[in-house]
Amino acid sequence: MERLLEQIINGLQLGFVYALIALGYTMVYGIIKLINFAHGDVFMIGAFIGYFAYTFWGFSLWGAVLIAMILCAVLGVLIERIAYRPLRYAPRIAALISALGVSLFLEYFCSLKFVFGPNFRVVQPPVKQIHWNLGGIPITNIQIIIVAVVILLLLVLQYLVYRTKIGTAMRAVSFDHDAARLMGINVDFIIAFTFALGSALAAAGGVLYTLAYPQIHPFMGIMPGLKAFTAAVLGGIGIIPGAVLGSLIMGQVETLTAAYLTSQMRDAIAFLILIIVLLVRPSGILGRGGPEKV
Amino acid sequence: MPLLEVRDLCKDFGGLRAVSNFQLKMEQGEIVGLIGPNGAGKTTVFNLITGLIPPTSGSIIFQGENLVGLPPYRIAAKGIARTFQNIRLFKDMSVLDNVRAILHVHNGYGFWDAALHSPRFAKKEEEILARARELLEVVNLETRSRDPARSLPYGDQRRLEIARALALRPKLLLLDEPAAGMNPREVASLTELIRFIKDKFQLTVLLIEHQMGLVMNLCERIVVMDFGEIIAEGTPHEVSNNPVVLEAYLGKGAVVNRC
Amino acid sequence: MERYFCTLLRRRERVRLALLGGLLASLYGALKLLSLAGLINEYWQRVLDQALITTIGALGLSIIYGFAGQFSLGHAAFYGIGAYTAGIIGKVWSQGSITFFLLALLAGTLAASFIAFLLGIPILRLRSDYLGIATLGFGVIVRVALENSNRFYPPLGGATGMTGIPQVANFDWIFWFTVGTLILVCNLIASSYGRAWLSIREDEMAADTLGINTTRYKITAFVLGCGLAGLAGGLYAYRYPYLHPSSFDFLKSFDFLLIVVLGGLGSISGTVVTAICWVFLLEGLRIILGQAFVDWRGVIYAVILIVTVLLRPQGLFSGKEWRLLFPSRDQDGTWGKEGKHASLRG
Repeated sequence: MERLLEQIINGLQLGFVYALIALGYTMVYGIIKLINFAHGDVFMIGAFIGYFAYTFWGFSLWGAVLIAMILCAVLGVLIERIAYRPLRYAPRIAALISALGVSLFLEYFCSLKFVFGPNFRVVQPPVKQIHWNLGGIPITNIQIIIVAVVILLLLVLQYLVYRTKIGTAMRAVSFDHDAARLMGINVDFIIAFTFALGSALAAAGGVLYTLAYPQIHPFMGIMPGLKAFTAAVLGGIGIIPGAVLGSLIMGQVETLTAAYLTSQMRDAIAFLILIIVLLVRPSGILGRGGPEKV
Repeated sequence: MPLLEVRDLCKDFGGLRAVSNFQLKMEQGEIVGLIGPNGAGKTTVFNLITGLIPPTSGSIIFQGENLVGLPPYRIAAKGIARTFQNIRLFKDMSVLDNVRAILHVHNGYGFWDAALHSPRFAKKEEEILARARELLEVVNLETRSRDPARSLPYGDQRRLEIARALALRPKLLLLDEPAAGMNPREVASLTELIRFIKDKFQLTVLLIEHQMGLVMNLCERIVVMDFGEIIAEGTPHEVSNNPVVLEAYLGKGAVVNRC
Repeated sequence: MERYFCTLLRRRERVRLALLGGLLASLYGALKLLSLAGLINEYWQRVLDQALITTIGALGLSIIYGFAGQFSLGHAAFYGIGAYTAGIIGKVWSQGSITFFLLALLAGTLAASFIAFLLGIPILRLRSDYLGIATLGFGVIVRVALENSNRFYPPLGGATGMTGIPQVANFDWIFWFTVGTLILVCNLIASSYGRAWLSIREDEMAADTLGINTTRYKITAFVLGCGLAGLAGGLYAYRYPYLHPSSFDFLKSFDFLLIVVLGGLGSISGTVVTAICWVFLLEGLRIILGQAFVDWRGVIYAVILIVTVLLRPQGLFSGKEWRLLFPSRDQDGTWGKEGKHASLRG
């Protein structure tokens, strides 16, 4: 029982990190219908920036999170400007290939010796891990930090998307670019803003990830990126609560499989569940794919 | 036996009854018009007949056989072809291939014939090509057969949709607003075309249209729908003098202005 | 008139076949001569074979995605299934005979097709990106299964990879299998199958309403395309001495995808040219950059990819084809004279 609880909490921690990445995927997909494969690599760069910031540049953890978010937001906007915007009116697949190219570029560029180098780096997190036992629930301070930060960011995001002018504009653009433009919304700016927001969240996810899983390398973004995207699809892509729900499910599935079945199989089980869910609900758990209009 | 008999057809979308107790009997060779204000449920009736959406209740009998529950492609193969309100051509395929793609439904050959280009393949393909040309000549698009369908002007795209539907060798042709967006001259030529293909291919035609000129000209019988129900039925003359119809279209106390 | 026209077409078709045959034979001859003269060394020979094998697999994805429009991000999984199936047969019976090699290839192809069939029935109902992500997931499942395969059957090697497959496949086999695949695919594209696939890609609902059994054609495309990936995998297993699960993961699937997209969706010629160029580019970079800059290979590869897609978002061939590949009856369009209904022209 103790062990199960511990695993569920581990899963929660993983799920919340996935949620930060999945939100970027889902927002970008919602607004330009692009699977932004480079998003996992933005997460990786966020992790590296955070690591450099608190290890070498003398920042506190919060400073590191903040600086990673800012730099990655800039990176996200740059990627959009260079690799996606010129393809906005091209076939959708062209932007997807470009996204793959950006992803490979970031991975290989960061592997160069004068950038991050190709090797694993072991991280010394700025926060010492402390184990607590809260009324029978085994929990660490790092888990509390991660969950608290993610919930805080989710609340901020929720406020931003549903209570502010720019959030309204984002939702308008995701419905219909042309109509939004006719209403005087600067569509290019809104799209760039969405990338900035998504990338900043992924960067925060990256820094938090280094606390819980203190090993980083330039290809570390691939699997979490893929899993987070899968989580977004699982929940219903384009839907913000769906991304969080999907991520939490994904986190549980992965930790529980690793703990009770076999850790080698956890990726396979996670994707198997995705396929089964899609067969039952072709647009994800919270998705509403109405029938095509004739 | 009527060619098509629709009995008590109902369709609910959530709580909304889009089609309610729809009845229709069509004899071989008839041209029937289905009219009504926007949102009356006309296209839904087409979607129900062609099997794109399942009815909530009711039956659709075509040549003595109930079509309800059959997948769209099986219904099509039995001899019901349609066109679409918002043109749905295979846009990046050539004009010729738009027609040929559908001709295979009745003129097929096996996988290995296709893979090896067997003599049987060659013979069938020649038949298909000849037939496709014939159909394109009917709609006057033979000179554009190599162009991609998307490059055709609007009116031509509508005619290509008709040719593509004819490729199915239908007995019943469903036309969904074939004259939408056409100028009077094009409407006149379309009217002629529909009459011509009806005789040439011995068709029975059910058409949805807002252009009253075309409907009054072509149809022997008109069914009027509003809010999912049939509110009137009869000859063009009867319908156009029916006060219920005028009310549905124009509101209370409107004046008749025939075509 | 009609009869004359048909004879004319048949003659044109014969000329085309003769030209195509001559061209392929001389290409083969030229490559053989270069090889015998020592102008193609062992290294480049391997690259050339890899390029041809990749072409076979890419033609499979071209059918699935380029023509039938079914987005697959798991193509390499079927490549892997073919390679491991054919490979394990060769390894266990350790047979180097040609008959055995061909049987193993057949087994690899059929295994990939069969699994594609089982998978395709449920998942081909999904649309576009959802289908893509489901096939991507299947790819991950296959990779994980291969990594753990030694637990079920030790000779499969699991995460350490598999060795000991007789190296029977040489340039001759690979070349003629590529030619065979190309002809098969072109023939199908120029038939009712090709048109049905395209109609599904263009508008699935319209195709369905007009009598095309879309489910059947989608499954046919998927099974056939994956079967070709399996064939390519089988050839790979018998050409290169080492199979490893990571050669068949989603990065490899992306390779196939970008070949099909950069070649231009719905273009066989584009797929062939891009597949060959892409493999040679990758290896060429290794030579050009030299030992000192070999780390830059991935970066340059990525930059070339981005720049190409930015410059040619429709792909290199954008739906165009070499005329030689397809029957001439598809190229006549204007047969003149006004139609019977000419007076009605609007």
